[in-house]
Formats: sequence, C-alpha cells, structure tokens
Amino acid sequence: MMRHLISAADLTRDDAVLILDTAEEMARVADRPIKKLPTLRGRTICNLFFEDSTRTRISFEAAEKRLSADVINFAAKGSSVSKGESLKDTAQTLEAMGVDAVVIRHSASGAPYRLATSGWIDAPVINAGDGTHQHPTQALLDAFTMRRRLVGRDAGLGQDLSGKRITLVGDVLHSRVARSNVDLLHTLGAEVTLVAPPTLVPVGVEHWPCEVSYDLDGVLPKSDAVMMLRVQRERMNAAFFPTEREYSRRYGLDGLRMAKMPDHAIVMHPGPMVRGMEITAEVADSDRCTVVEQVANGVSIRMAVLYLLLGGSEPAATNARTEEN
Amino acid sequence: MDTEQQTDAARPVLEAPDIARVLTRIAHEIVERAKGADDVVLLGIPTRGVYLARRLAEKLESITGARIPVGSLDITMYRDDLRMKPARAIGRTDIPGDGIDGRLVVLVDDVLFSGRTIRAALDALGDIGRPRAVQLAVLVDRGHRELPIRADYVGKNLPTSLRETVKVQLAEEDGRDTVLLGSKPAS
Repeated sequence: MMRHLISAADLTRDDAVLILDTAEEMARVADRPIKKLPTLRGRTICNLFFEDSTRTRISFEAAEKRLSADVINFAAKGSSVSKGESLKDTAQTLEAMGVDAVVIRHSASGAPYRLATSGWIDAPVINAGDGTHQHPTQALLDAFTMRRRLVGRDAGLGQDLSGKRITLVGDVLHSRVARSNVDLLHTLGAEVTLVAPPTLVPVGVEHWPCEVSYDLDGVLPKSDAVMMLRVQRERMNAAFFPTEREYSRRYGLDGLRMAKMPDHAIVMHPGPMVRGMEITAEVADSDRCTVVEQVANGVSIRMAVLYLLLGGSEPAATNARTEEN
Repeated sequence: MDTEQQTDAARPVLEAPDIARVLTRIAHEIVERAKGADDVVLLGIPTRGVYLARRLAEKLESITGARIPVGSLDITMYRDDLRMKPARAIGRTDIPGDGIDGRLVVLVDDVLFSGRTIRAALDALGDIGRPRAVQLAVLVDRGHRELPIRADYVGKNLPTSLRETVKVQLAEEDGRDTVLLGSKPAS
C-alpha cells in the first residue's frame, strides 16, 4: 500500500483486493449491536471539504467514527478560505494542530496530490474527489458492490473482477467517478466500455484502458453491470447536448432498456441521481439497482482504507501478517 | 503467535497423535465443567485457533450428540500494539447465528503467551454481545504472561525461555500436525 490514496491508478491488484477483503470484514461491524472498533482511538482525522458534498463527507465521517477516530470537519464555506487563505496555509495550520490524516475534497484537479507531495503536511492524504480527476474511494466501493453482486460475498474473497463486463454511461467528460472506475476496474481485470454522447467523451480517451461506444442499446445485452453517471451541470460551461429530453432518450436508462440487460446484471449509480434524466424512477427503485447498497458499502470501504493507511505504524504491506499471543 | 524464523534446531514437543489426545481430553473437560455443553459456543482465534475450535466442536458432538456452534473471532482491530507494527490484514470474524448472549463462550487459541491476544478477544466479545461466561482453551501454554489471564483448558504446559520459539502447525493450514520448540536466531 502507498502512504496516500490520491488516485485509483496508484493501486496494484493486490492492494485493491486487500482493501476489498478488509472492507468485507468491516461490513460485519455494521451488523453488531455496538458498531464501533477501537482501532483508531486517539488519532485525529480532518475532513477538508473545499467543495460541497453531503454523502461522501457523511460516509467518511461515519467510517472515521466507527473506528473511534477523533473527527474534525472543515468546510471551506464560511471558513478562513473564504477570507483568502491558501491551501498551503490551511495545511500548515492542520499540521500544527497535530492531525494524523487528511481527507480532502477540492474542485481543483490535483489539489490532493499537491497536498500529499508538497511537504506542507506530514499526514497521509486521502482524496475524496478532486475536480474532474479522481475519486478513488468511490471506485473502490463500486468495485466492492460489483464483486459482492457478481461474484458473491464469501466466494469473492481474494478474487478480482476478471472477465466481468462493465459499462459506464453518460457524462464521462466531467466525471472523476468514471476516470477512477476505468483505472480500478482495469486493474481488477474487468472489461470496461464507456457510452456517452460524442461531446461528453474526453480528449485522449483512446489512451484509456477501455472501449468507447455511442450505442447504448447495443452494449446493454453484453453488460454484467451498467453504471449510470450524473450529468454534471455544475461543471458544464457550454451546450453539450441539444435538450435534456434528447439526452435521456438516447443515454437514459428506463425499464425497456433495463429489460435488454442479462438477468443477473445490475444497475449502479454513484449518486446523487437525477430521476427522469439519466435514470427513470422505475429503474432507480428496482431490485437490480444498487444505489442504496453502494452508500452502505461506501462506509465499509472507507473504514478499510483508513485502517490500512492509519491502523499501524506504517501502511499495510500486502499479505504481511504476523501474529503474537 | 510468533512466526519468527525457525532454526534447524526446532524439535517437536507434540506430534499428531498427542494433539488429537489432548483435544479429546479438553473436550471431555469442557463437557464436565459445563455440565453437558448445552449452551457452549466455541470461538477460535484466527488463524490456527479456528481449526482447533472446529476439531473441538467435532469431539464435543461425538461426546454429547449435540451440534456445538463454532465460529471465529479476529482480534486484530483490538490489539494494543497496532501502532508498533505495519497495518496488517484482518482475519475473519464469524459469530454463529444465535449469537453469544447468555451462552458460555469458550475461546480457542493455539498458544497462550503474553495474554494480550486474549485481552483483545475479551474486548471484542464485549462489542458483540454478553456471554453468560467466557472460558479459554489453548493447545500450548508457554508462560511469560504480561496480564492477569489464565487458561481454563490447557493441552500442554510448556515452560519456555524468551529465547525460544513455539510454532504450532496444523494439517488444515500447514499440512501436518505438530508443535515445534525452537530457538530464536542469534541477533
């Protein structure tokens, strides 16, 4: 394991499988009367959110608290950042306060990398989403959800996603979720296909380890999992498609399209969903849609990442296990 | 237990038939002390404690005719030395369906040494439920306790020096049943 988690591309197959297996154990804690482990007692983790987020921040906070860490939540709005403080000054302030790890979300791609490599702060840095770049814990929780549903909870232990066919549909251009998923799914041996309007396919996609298609109906019957991406209007500064209605007719998932998928195939969505745009209410509320599961799995994955990065004197070495009585 | 390098001088102190015999004895002792083992739940501590717990469950079943619930309890997240070593992979915790509330939990481990593993196991149990009582069964007690903890059922008391290593090998994990006493390589 590396010291930081900045990009899904940094993870080896063994690292990723170790995180997924650890998360499987963490998930069991949620079934206990006392949903808490003492593992990170006395460690302080700062959630540094420079961009609005509800589900990711709450998910990290739940994971941190379940591991008994002390949590400091920092939202840029109404903070010293709005007074003009730089990332460097904020980082040095946290360092002076003795923070043991920083979870950062930022609208600028590369901010977590800068924080991890600048020398401003000595703590491990976990990327909770930066601009249109990466969102590694989202990719991990998606892979965890796929492995559980497509391979099995117990049968999946130690396994990757070799041979699984995953389709990502929608606004790939602005999606850090798509980038992280392509990287991680490729590492885990899955075959990934992107489906998007040509205007929402990024430049340089031919160098990504995946296929690109513009025909959703042709890809659906050959997919084990279909991940719908939210159309990110907040990042759009131009007209990428004529009308919302046209977008949803060509790239939205409704009941008829879902019927073309194999019986075992699942529908995923990183949330928040725009019902009626990329996904209809009928699909969102069906048994095959894993949106709510993904949220629950997010807490387990983040617990696993926090434990493996912070639980010992140094990050976990894959397959290292010593025992003492 | 210590997985330090074994030297060539490691000698077996228990062989497969001995291990089978002591497990049979421990099973009878459990039945005797629990007056029939009706409410016993066996929880093995990974890795080798789990295999020992399963073997004990089989022996208890042959004695009492009843199925004894058996599970595993990983204590990694409760260790007091987590920060002294790299983060380690966590093992499986598998609590039998009926839980442990009001039951007699018998923890099963291969080697009892400092007692810190068992201290962590007691903490873990407290987060999972409230057993009627907790007892401890170990294959080998090598001494050198650092906490006020003792075993209720001991396969073999093995007085050792801190310069020695005790390694338990079980067929399910290592291909053979044996307990090896060796000495640490001179540093």
